[in-house]
Amino acid sequence: MGKLTIGCFSSLVGSMSLDFAVKLSEAAVKKGHEVDLWLSGNGTMLGKKGQSKFRDYSYLMGTVKELIESGKFKITNCEACAKARGIGREDTEEGFGIASMDWYLASAFGADRVLHIGGE
Amino acid sequence: MAIKKIAFIVEKLPYKSETSRLALTHAIASQTVEIHLEDGDNVEPVLIFVGEGVLNCLKDQKALDIYGVTSLEMHIKNALLLDLKVQVCKEDLDGFGLTEDSIVMDAEEIGGEVTTEVVPYDEIQKSLEAADHLMFF
Repeated sequence: MGKLTIGCFSSLVGSMSLDFAVKLSEAAVKKGHEVDLWLSGNGTMLGKKGQSKFRDYSYLMGTVKELIESGKFKITNCEACAKARGIGREDTEEGFGIASMDWYLASAFGADRVLHIGGE
Repeated sequence: MAIKKIAFIVEKLPYKSETSRLALTHAIASQTVEIHLEDGDNVEPVLIFVGEGVLNCLKDQKALDIYGVTSLEMHIKNALLLDLKVQVCKEDLDGFGLTEDSIVMDAEEIGGEVTTEVVPYDEIQKSLEAADHLMFF
């Protein structure tokens, strides 16, 4: 089985790129692959606590938590990008990592494939 | 022991979004990636500006004065100071009527020794082919 590293810089609501990234992660994990998902820029809002599940607004936390529980999925916020948006550790859902940008490059180093979604 | 080449390709405008800034900060983060890797392993970045992305390289940016943020120019100088390979597509510069005199070519004033490479697309294609991973910003 392989390892996929995905970097996603797009916002949760306002872009469907995060939805795609999480869907792709789910498909890869179901096939037995490992996935690292790096969230930078507006992508960091995916980890914010207190999100509401409204009809027609993207809500990914349920899938993300299932993926984290699988043990084959790591999801990590860019610390600087999150803090700049007022999202600290205390505002972040359990299971999300928080790291500096070199974490993403290290993950890419060990990945069989890298999919980078650079933001809107 | 392994070296993985990562190409950071910047094709978006400066200051319209934070995309190009994040390309530069992620590329510069390669300087500390070793702390996450085994001894001898490392990442070798190359920064490539193509299309509208070449406008990130313009000289005399005033982002600090106007927006209160570090300019892309300064980020590029920092990249050069750290000996990152920086390539700018000549055809795309020509398309905007720009020359080497219009863009950041070095970081001499802060001690940088590496210079920007203005190269034809063929050379950029070689860098893309040599990279293990491509990241488009």
